[in-house]
Amino acid sequence: MIEIVSEKIDITKILQSVEDNSAGGIDMFIGTTRDNSKGKSVLRLEYEAYIPMALKKMNEIAGEAKTRWNIKKISLVHRIGKVEIGEASIVIAVSSPHRKEAFEACRYAIDTLKKIVPIWKKEFFEDGEVWVDAREEKILS
Amino acid sequence: MNINIKFFAAAKEVAGKEEMQFSLPSSSTASSLLDLLVEQFPGLQEWKQYVRVAVNQEYVSLDYALNENDEVAIIPPVSGG
Repeated sequence: MIEIVSEKIDITKILQSVEDNSAGGIDMFIGTTRDNSKGKSVLRLEYEAYIPMALKKMNEIAGEAKTRWNIKKISLVHRIGKVEIGEASIVIAVSSPHRKEAFEACRYAIDTLKKIVPIWKKEFFEDGEVWVDAREEKILS
Repeated sequence: MNINIKFFAAAKEVAGKEEMQFSLPSSSTASSLLDLLVEQFPGLQEWKQYVRVAVNQEYVSLDYALNENDEVAIIPPVSGG
């Protein structure tokens, strides 16, 4: 399941999408929106995507994960539009026969998504708004 | 030749539009397109060294030779997740 949605992400549906009787486990990463950024209070967030290319890149990430690790199923769902604080903006789920592969593939998927998938986050503060530059986040983290 | 340009996020705000048709000399590259866009939208200057260019939904290098009717996207640093 590779999707970009503009409504609240249905986490149960994503979990079900990777269930597999030959899998020994499912690893799920849920990225949620923070109420602060660089010491400032964030009121809300908005995401924008170049949808066809973003879906293409998300499919490539899923394909690459399946090539590199022995996994059964992988799903990536990103939300766009307005997202309230604390809600899920990205959910990635991976099932595999053994847990190590699921953890590694899931980590690869979120790390790569953050680098190459054309999606942008805008943070709204009391005194303004800013497009987040992930390169700066990297320096701070 | 004519190409279609799409702007996103910060680049969209600087250009003041989501997309536009653009006429280019034949044998233009992604790099020469960026130069022309900065001329038209001076605010893009500060982004020029950070943006990536995608042609027909695939990242390309700056020396990529553009073709008629290409869909060219100006991609500021991404921040999904």
